[in-house]
Amino acid sequence: MKRAMNNSGQRKRRQMRTLPLIACLVFTAMSVLGSEGPVVRLAPTDSVGPRTLEKQTQTAVIRDYLEAWRSLTVAFEQNRPDLLDPNFVGTAKEKLADTILDQAKLGIQTRYRDGAHDLRLVFYSPEGLSIQLLDTVEYDVQVLDHGKLQTTQHVRARYVAVMTPTEVRWKVRIFQAQPE
Amino acid sequence: MKVRFTFLIGGMVLVAMQLAFAQTGALRLPRTVEAGSAFSIQSTGSGKATLYIVGPGQVLRRDVQLGETTSFAPGDLHNAGHYLAVLVGESSIDNGTFDVTAADQPAALSFLAKPSRLPVGLHSGISGVVYVFDTFKNLVLTPVQVSFQLSADAGGGQRQTVTTRDGVAWTKIDSGAKEAAAQFVAQAGSVSVTRVIQQVPGNPCSLRMNAHRAGQRLVLETEPVRDCGGNAVPDGTIVTFTEASSDGQATVDVPIKRGIARTEMPAYDGARVSVATGVVMGNEIRLGKE
Repeated sequence: MKRAMNNSGQRKRRQMRTLPLIACLVFTAMSVLGSEGPVVRLAPTDSVGPRTLEKQTQTAVIRDYLEAWRSLTVAFEQNRPDLLDPNFVGTAKEKLADTILDQAKLGIQTRYRDGAHDLRLVFYSPEGLSIQLLDTVEYDVQVLDHGKLQTTQHVRARYVAVMTPTEVRWKVRIFQAQPE
Repeated sequence: MKVRFTFLIGGMVLVAMQLAFAQTGALRLPRTVEAGSAFSIQSTGSGKATLYIVGPGQVLRRDVQLGETTSFAPGDLHNAGHYLAVLVGESSIDNGTFDVTAADQPAALSFLAKPSRLPVGLHSGISGVVYVFDTFKNLVLTPVQVSFQLSADAGGGQRQTVTTRDGVAWTKIDSGAKEAAAQFVAQAGSVSVTRVIQQVPGNPCSLRMNAHRAGQRLVLETEPVRDCGGNAVPDGTIVTFTEASSDGQATVDVPIKRGIARTEMPAYDGARVSVATGVVMGNEIRLGKE
């Protein structure tokens, strides 16, 4: 009887010791799974020209570009071109909005999940009104037809983006993939 | 024994079906397609399927017959980008990717010239940036020669040719020596865009005044005020006349009108009168007894 009680106590102690470890692992796993932000790598920006690129400008451009991807993701998933407004302007906005309208007509939805961005700022115009960046991006795309998932594919593509400053942020004016 | 045999047969059927599906779903895609041009996609197998062409730039859906060629007419796919092609059959799914590239021929330029107004003779004072697009507003990423030319009626044009890199070309040009509305032209292929740059005179280069008495008054007048290139300084530029006498000092600010500045001040014997504009000092006149 005593031995049985001892065994039970040891088991409980072992469980008590294991519980924090399990909780820690679960938390780590949740953090990893829950962190939906893509991995972002930025090439050195020393040679960006012809205008000198200030650190603050660089930070703002990268932040706004990644934000543009987030708004693109939601806009394409919900077929709502208006969600592009805060982050896209000009040709990029027109083309993306047209695609979303076509999707809506066809009953198609697409889910883009950007997993990694390899960014390189390549041009900052002399008057400071445009910044061009190259992005080798990896993303998963899901195609749904009338709500039915047709496929999920992993895609790697190289995008050229030109961003221009507006009142409060940099907006994407040109957004185009090119062959790697 | 009977059960094992059934599993074996079932397994063989499944493998055979999978092989058949793999074969059925084979897509033959072009590697690259020029934006707006006709192209076709070949599939093998039989039965009906749906073909999706998906990308942020455009989305298309076609009902297709497996084993047949699906043709896309010119203009069907006109936005450059990376596209995913998905063929969904009754019992198979196949996919692949391909690129749509911009046409090499420029059709439109986005030309930003700054500033729109600047002084003459400024080194690298004018900047021009050009983004090159094709007919479908795709950025042309293949290298394109862009020529920049700054010219005015007064002559003395400057020309530079720059090759685009990732769709963009830029230059910096000196402003001309003579004041004029200069034409700043960017040209790629047969497409050209013009911007007007107003080249205005620079700062005054030298200043000289004359004085003569008119009774108790002293009439002061500058010679035509010019910049170092000989251009007349714009009307409205302020010229300051200062008269220092035993009574104290008097200062008058006068805007240039028709190239000269003119004013009257009290005529005091022995007074010293000086003139200045911007950072340029002119001559000094000492009044003698009348």
